[in-house]
Amino acid sequence: MRNPMRNLAAWLFLAPALALLAVFSFWPVAFGSLLAFTDYSLIRETHWVGLDNFRYIFDNEMFVTGLKNSLLFLLMVPFVQIGALSLAVLVNNQLPGIRYFRAAFYVPVVTTVSVVGIMWGFMFHEQGALNYVLMTLNLVGAPVGWLSNDNLALFAIMFVTLWRGLGWYMVMYLAALQAVPADMQEAALLDGANRWQRFWKITVPMLRPTIMICTVLSVLAALKAYQEVDVLTQGGPMNSTFTGLYYAYDQGLKHLKLPRALAASFVMSIFCIGIALLCLRYIKPKHR
Amino acid sequence: MKTIAHYLLLCAIAVVCVFPFWWTLVTALSTEGNIFAFPPTFWPKEPSFDNFIEVFNAIPIWSFFRNSVLIAACTVFWKLALCSAAAYPLARMHFKGRKLVFGLILATLVLPSEVNFLVNFITVTKLSLVDTYTGVILPNVVTAVAILLLKQAFEEVPQDLIDAARVDGASEWTIFSKIMLPLIAPWLATVGILTAVEAWNEYIWPSIVMSKPDEFPLSVGVLYLRGTFGSSTRVIAAGTVLTILPTLAAFLFTQRFFMRGMDGAVK
Repeated sequence: MRNPMRNLAAWLFLAPALALLAVFSFWPVAFGSLLAFTDYSLIRETHWVGLDNFRYIFDNEMFVTGLKNSLLFLLMVPFVQIGALSLAVLVNNQLPGIRYFRAAFYVPVVTTVSVVGIMWGFMFHEQGALNYVLMTLNLVGAPVGWLSNDNLALFAIMFVTLWRGLGWYMVMYLAALQAVPADMQEAALLDGANRWQRFWKITVPMLRPTIMICTVLSVLAALKAYQEVDVLTQGGPMNSTFTGLYYAYDQGLKHLKLPRALAASFVMSIFCIGIALLCLRYIKPKHR
Repeated sequence: MKTIAHYLLLCAIAVVCVFPFWWTLVTALSTEGNIFAFPPTFWPKEPSFDNFIEVFNAIPIWSFFRNSVLIAACTVFWKLALCSAAAYPLARMHFKGRKLVFGLILATLVLPSEVNFLVNFITVTKLSLVDTYTGVILPNVVTAVAILLLKQAFEEVPQDLIDAARVDGASEWTIFSKIMLPLIAPWLATVGILTAVEAWNEYIWPSIVMSKPDEFPLSVGVLYLRGTFGSSTRVIAAGTVLTILPTLAAFLFTQRFFMRGMDGAVK
């Protein structure tokens, strides 16, 4: 059923969206990659400088720290995914009031990042609520400078991204859990499988595609984290919380060094593509 | 017994999720004393709205609010129009290059599009859209996630309906606008509400495009509050509460749309 008229119609439907994607999604990648090899600025003539920007950023402590921190952020992925799946299992029932719990777990997701920064700035303050609770429980002896200690600040930021991310993945897993046919569970129950066996032998295999998608998305989100850095520490203390993209953001927007910023974002793109391909290769669904 | 343990666990996690909001609210409602003191105040002793009134006096919060509504409404309208138009042929038409187009759209999910604004600012400058809401809205109108969700929705419509309309001689445009769109209305609502919250929450791009404080949306304006009142933490807390109130209300009243949006993404 392929006719030229319908071909034309299809492209007409797609045209406006593709035009905007071309200008605001593909052009930045293409033109940005090109500019990463130049000394582009708004006031001077542009020259081709080869790998100079890349040499510069790889000699730069902030970017190298940032790259390491972005890779360190990958440690979050298992916590986010196992946490979110456990949460989904916890709320996948009809207990009275369960929808209020679902809502409570999802609320951090719909909160703007600037507000998240302000709220967690309060929480992490040396005289803030977190230190008070930890000291009352005798978990720490003296107030901890969560955001002012260069060994801790990155982990504090990672915790905030976990706090913001859990609800989103929970809902993804919840939807997948509800799609698992009830009769399969019942059949296994009749065969004498216990709760744990049913979870591992039926639920997890059924969830495999969702686990795969969520893991890839979570890996990419971890590599690309930078907004929480901006609202919590702006890269400090002592540049310890830079991430790869935060460096790009900081150089491009705050120091107006666009080519350096784009070189950094180019390197991050390569990481993202590489790691996404690796993930897709190693966690392919077994069945189907 | 098991149920009680279950509830206790749920409550413990809920406290971690909600506590920062609660403490910010308590801070905003109290006027006395230092908020950073041990033991902290977890319950407002003499609640008052003075800090909120202070916010209204200090910054043009009504303008911020109006700007946010304008940006969110326009983004929702154009996203629904353009993304549903793009999703329809991807879901229901056979044409050359479909796989390629779909692959390109998926590729935007992998690349760090978060920093596209570095080049987009040059583009917006060249198009003379700096300091306009068009400049704020345009880059956010078409997103891969919206196209994927709506494609999913179109795929669920039975083929018979389309065939019948074609036999009756309806044009593709009529089929799309008169038959398909009404059938996927619940999905349009889902994408619409997700988009509204996203647009409301966006803060980096609008802060780049808009330079005049009067034209900021709330998400940017609330940080401006931090700049002008570095010391008055309680006023900042009150501004924070005012900023998130609309999204929280929207979320609580339309919870099922959020849950369904994710449902579609999984399939």
